[in-house]
Amino acid sequence: MAGSLSVDLVGAPARSGARGRLIRWALLRAGGVLFVLWAVATVTFFALQLIPGDPAEAILGGPGSQASAEALAAARAEYGLDAPLPVQYLAYLGRLATGDLGTSYALRDDVASVILDVLGPTLLLAGLSLLVASLIALGLAMWSTRGGRVAAAVGSLLEIVAAAVPHFWLAISLILLFSTTLGWLPPVSVPGGLGLVLPVLTLAIPLAGFLGQVMREALLDALDSPFVLAARARGEGDGGVFWRHALRHAAIPAIGLVGWAFGSLVSGAVVVETIFARQGLGRSLLSAVQGRDVPLVIGIVLVVALAYMLVTTLTDLADRVVDPRLKARS
Amino acid sequence: MEVVSLLVIAFLAVAALAPFLLAPGDPLAIDPLDSFQPPSPAHVFGTDESGRDIFTRIVHGTGASLTIGLAATAIGLGLALVFGLLAGFGPRWLDFGTTRLLEVLFAFPGLLFALLFIVVYGPGVVTSTIAVGLSTAPGYARIIRSRVIQVRTSPFLEASVVLGRSARFRIARHVLPNVAGSLFVLATLGVGQSIVWASSLSYLGLGAVPPAAEWGAMLSAGRTYISSFWWMTFFPGLFIVLSAAATTLLGRAIQQRGRES
Repeated sequence: MAGSLSVDLVGAPARSGARGRLIRWALLRAGGVLFVLWAVATVTFFALQLIPGDPAEAILGGPGSQASAEALAAARAEYGLDAPLPVQYLAYLGRLATGDLGTSYALRDDVASVILDVLGPTLLLAGLSLLVASLIALGLAMWSTRGGRVAAAVGSLLEIVAAAVPHFWLAISLILLFSTTLGWLPPVSVPGGLGLVLPVLTLAIPLAGFLGQVMREALLDALDSPFVLAARARGEGDGGVFWRHALRHAAIPAIGLVGWAFGSLVSGAVVVETIFARQGLGRSLLSAVQGRDVPLVIGIVLVVALAYMLVTTLTDLADRVVDPRLKARS
Repeated sequence: MEVVSLLVIAFLAVAALAPFLLAPGDPLAIDPLDSFQPPSPAHVFGTDESGRDIFTRIVHGTGASLTIGLAATAIGLGLALVFGLLAGFGPRWLDFGTTRLLEVLFAFPGLLFALLFIVVYGPGVVTSTIAVGLSTAPGYARIIRSRVIQVRTSPFLEASVVLGRSARFRIARHVLPNVAGSLFVLATLGVGQSIVWASSLSYLGLGAVPPAAEWGAMLSAGRTYISSFWWMTFFPGLFIVLSAAATTLLGRAIQQRGRES
């Protein structure tokens, strides 16, 4: 298919080679994603078997619930906990393959639908935060690479402090400043854009610190490099050099940080959604952890792992687009 | 800037080793009549719900808080060193296996692995410290593995093989000393991150518990009173930021110096 298509194109041999490499890469990558998902599901399943105590008791409301032997047996039968472990494991994998994530102990509801309900708000929060963080990081990096020594030192310090701030403390400080003292913004998340400002800032500022550190170094590196000198020799101005050449170069290490940024956003979402009383995946995860709601914990872990794999795969693809050197290498 | 970060670290070291030099009071002394006092000359950082002086508690909590951060980093780096050596120095199948394992661990991003660990072993200081250490290990392991491979393929190691040295000798004499530099930089950069993560777990009620004068525990105790008595959470948090920023600055400075020489 790929071969027959590329025959009509100019430079067919080279192109079909590149396309073959891309298909091979995509197949390998898909296999890798499936393997990691299976491994994550398996690790999570067996790790949660180590929880001391009877899972049937957890279903019926914890060790204090004084459930009768009949009720415990009924709960065991309902959740398939009376089967031998290998059988439970295979049944669990079989259900996962059909997209069935089981039933939450605490919410008595389908885990998949619980997750779908809270996924949207978290994606919105994380997406906006990533956008704001990139803008702040870019602004800081631009300002401090162009503003001389003092600006560079101040920018670097700002980035390090921003990266060192724990989310919960930043959230508290922002609430104190903007809600308690100034009264400009609501302290808890209310519907609409205004309620999003503080949660987004809380997630974005530490992330911007990290991204900024990496981007500034790459920018400085790029502004010193031969290709920028060549562009200047061709008569390009400061703006052209910056936007067309240096920034593209600085995007490469920033893209490499995406996996890390994802982790920061997930951990941050747990804290931020809890503090601002916002519905979302992070807050559901925390309450599932606190209540030892095993099916919900597994479900959220799997969804996060899947999202992580998708994000890093897209990142690799973006890397190949932004950095033409990688295409030649693989 | 490095001078400032060294001063902060010196202050933290004194607070950790000899807290009574900086705050002679008793961190557990209760004075109900003096509860919820805002910052004043008598109590620089105010008092908590039992009238305990917050500055005294922060100073006396430094040792425990830094120990948690250092221990978590040590666990993470120790595991990472084992993984990195196995992958970088072992046979190919071991490298393949370890790399796949790391890929799987990377799919538990951020604090996810720590939360899973706490679901299994329950909340507490020890579990949250181990949990943070485990969450940071894969990231370190990847860096150490590439460093080990870099050393293994160097000419002086080839010479060592030709001279008939044993693998153990080569690891102890060549690989470890060469990896030590990167380990040190990773450690200084990582302590701040570990302190921040461990305190986040404490804040969520999954780590150290009150009445210990540990920063995370003070934070989770102050959480209930956050809207009226901000100083109970603000100042312990400020010390977390200070120590994390100071260690990161120091790590960056060491890294820069290593690059220049």
